[in-house]
Amino acid sequence: MPVYDALLDFDVRHILVRHEQSAAHMADGYARASGFPGVCLATSGPGATNLVTGIATAYMDSSPVVAFTGQVITDQIGTDGFQEADIVGIATSVTKHTFQVRRASEIDGTVQLALDVATSGRPGPVLVDLPKDVQMESFEFESSKPIRFHKNRVNRDPDHTGIRKAGELLSSARRPFILAGGGVRISNASEELRAMAELLLAPVGTSLMGKGCFPEDHPLSAGIVGMHGRIEANKLVQEADVVLAVGLRFSDRTTCKVNHFCSDARIIHIDIDNSEIEKNKSVDVSIVGDASGVLSSLGKQLAQRFKDEKSEWHARIRQLKEDFQSQNHHDRGAPSPSAILKELRKVLPAEAIVATEVGQNQMWAALHFQALSPRTFITSGGLGTMGFGFPAAIGAKVAKPDVPVVDIAGDGSFIMTENSLATSVLERIPVIVVILNNRMLGMVAQWQRFFYNRRYSAVELGNVPDFVKLAQAYGAEGLRPQSVEEFSSAVKTALRNNVTTIIDVPISPEEDVLPMVTPGNGLEHILT
Amino acid sequence: MSKQTFVVGMIVDDKPGVLHRISNMFRRRNFNIESISAGATEQRDLVRITITVAGDETTVRQLLRQSEKLLDVVHVNVLDQEKAVLREMALVKIATADTKTRSDVMNWASIFRGQIVDVSPESVIVEVTGTTEKIEAFVEMAKTVGIRELARTGIAALQRGPKTLDSEKEAG
Repeated sequence: MPVYDALLDFDVRHILVRHEQSAAHMADGYARASGFPGVCLATSGPGATNLVTGIATAYMDSSPVVAFTGQVITDQIGTDGFQEADIVGIATSVTKHTFQVRRASEIDGTVQLALDVATSGRPGPVLVDLPKDVQMESFEFESSKPIRFHKNRVNRDPDHTGIRKAGELLSSARRPFILAGGGVRISNASEELRAMAELLLAPVGTSLMGKGCFPEDHPLSAGIVGMHGRIEANKLVQEADVVLAVGLRFSDRTTCKVNHFCSDARIIHIDIDNSEIEKNKSVDVSIVGDASGVLSSLGKQLAQRFKDEKSEWHARIRQLKEDFQSQNHHDRGAPSPSAILKELRKVLPAEAIVATEVGQNQMWAALHFQALSPRTFITSGGLGTMGFGFPAAIGAKVAKPDVPVVDIAGDGSFIMTENSLATSVLERIPVIVVILNNRMLGMVAQWQRFFYNRRYSAVELGNVPDFVKLAQAYGAEGLRPQSVEEFSSAVKTALRNNVTTIIDVPISPEEDVLPMVTPGNGLEHILT
Repeated sequence: MSKQTFVVGMIVDDKPGVLHRISNMFRRRNFNIESISAGATEQRDLVRITITVAGDETTVRQLLRQSEKLLDVVHVNVLDQEKAVLREMALVKIATADTKTRSDVMNWASIFRGQIVDVSPESVIVEVTGTTEKIEAFVEMAKTVGIRELARTGIAALQRGPKTLDSEKEAG
C-alpha cells in the first residue's frame, strides 16, 4: 500500500494485472523483447507466491526480471502473520539472488544492486522483499549508499588458450556445425554468429531459446535442434565432426539422449556461466565468456581459407533442407498448423515479435514459423510454462509498441492466463492471439496417441469457451477463420485493429508435432 | 570415477540467510552434505564454512562452480586433504553404570587425549578432538558401554603453510 500510494507521485508506468503470475510473465516478455530488466510488484503472501511460477520461468530462460514483494512488518516476520509467506525462502531456488530490505535507507542501494545482478553475467531474476514497516519508514536521504558484497564480480577475461584450441579445431573441421543458444541473443552476438557461420561455411542450428539469433531464411540455417527439431538440423548436428556450441546448456530437450549427442564430434562450448561447463555434457574445449566477445576473438584467429574445401558438406546441407521442405502433410479437413504458421510469416512484417504458449503450438511455431531476427521469438523453453505466451506478448508490446506482437497459442495454454485480456484491453496494449484450437491438451494427447495406445486420459477440453465471445466479453475482438485464406485476412484485420484480437483457428485434434525424437533415444531416432 | 570425500572450504558474507542459500543450492543440485561447520573468521563480516561432501571429481567441480555463482560466496575451494589440517570435536555422554566402566572410560579418554568435562553418578561427558577417524574410533569404544548422547561439530579445516583459501585456483 505505501509503495502504491507513492507510485501516484512518480512518472512510472504501472500496468495492473488480474493475476500476479501474469505480472511476472509480462515483465519477462518485456525483458526478452528489449534486453532491459522487466519489473513486477506484488503484495505479500499469496501475491508473492503467485509470482513464483513466473520467476521460475524467467530463471530457467535467463531473463532479467526484478520482482518486488510486500512483506509483513519486520517484527511480525516468522509469526505466521496474516498474508505472510516466506517468499525469500521460497524464491531462493529460482532466483539469482533474493534480498529482504530491513531499513528504508537500504532500499536505494538494494534496488541498484538487484538491477545489476539481474542483468549482469548470465541474466536472471532477482527478488526484493519489502516489509511494510520499511516501506513506511521515513529517513533523510543524503546520497546513494551502495550495498556491498565481498565477492569480486568482475567477469574474467575469456581464456585465450581455449580460444586458440577452438580455432585449431575449427580450422581442421571438414563438417563444422554451429549450435547457438539463448546466450547469443542475450549477448547481442547475432552479427558475430553470422560472420562465424559464413567464415566457416557451417550450418547453424539453434536450441529453442536460440531461435531467432540466426536468420532462419539464411541458406546456412538448419533450424532448431532437439526433440522436435527439424530433420536437417538433427541430422547435420549428428554428422558434424566439430560442433561449436555457443550460449547454451545442452538441455535434455535439445540433446535428447545426451551421451548420444554429437558422440563422434569434437565439441567446443562457449558460455558465460562457468557452471554450465560439463554440467550436462563434457566437451573437448570450453571457453567461459560472453558470446559476442569470444566469437569475435575466435573469428580473428581463423583464416579465410575454408571456402571450396567443403563441397560435400554443402551438398549435404542443401539436400537435407530440400528433403524436409518437400514432405507432405496429411489432409485432416481443417487448416494444418504448418500452413497457418507459414501464412502468418508471410503476412507479418519481418520485425514482428512472436510469443508462444507451451505444448504443440510452441513446437509447431518453432518448426514452421521462421524467426528472422533476435528477440522476435519469445517462448518458455526451460520451464515450459503454459499461460506464458499471452502475458509475455503484452510485455513485449510494451517494450516495442510500434511492432506487431503475436501470441501463438493453444486453447489449453491460453485459458490459463486469459484474464490478461482485461489488462491488454484497458491498458491499450493490443496484441494478436492466434489460437490453434484443437479442443485438447494436444501435446499430452499426442504422447497418449503415440506411447499409450491412444488411451486419452484427462486431455479433452471440450468446445468451451467460445474464444470469439470471450474476446468480445472483454472488449477485445474475436475472429474465427476456417481456411488458410480466411486466416490470412483475419491477421490483416487484426494488424489494422487497435485492440487485442483473438484469431481462433479450429484445427484437427489429430494433428501431431512431427518430426519427433522418441523419448529416451538419441537424435537419430526420428519419427516423421 | 570413484566416489570419495571432499573437503570444501568457503568464505562467505556474514549476511542473513547465507547458510540457507548454500545448503539449499547443495540440495537442489543433488550434492550430498556429509558434514558442515560454520564460524567466524579473522574478518568481522566474513564467515568460514567447511563442508564435506561425497562424490566424484566431476561432481565436486560442478559443486565449486555452482558455489562460485552465489553472490555471497567470496571464495570457495577444495582442500587438499594431504596438505591440510582437518579437525573435528565430539562431546560424548557415556553411561557409567559401575565404577569399572567409569575407569575404563577415563582410560580411553586419556588414550585418545580426550578430556572428561562432566561427571555425574550415571554418566560422564568426554570431549575428544581430532580427525574424523580418531573421533570414530573413540565412538566405537564408547558404544561398547553405551552412549547416551553424542554431539559432533563437523570438520573445520585449514590448508597447511602460508597459503589461504583465496590464493588457490579451482582444484581438479
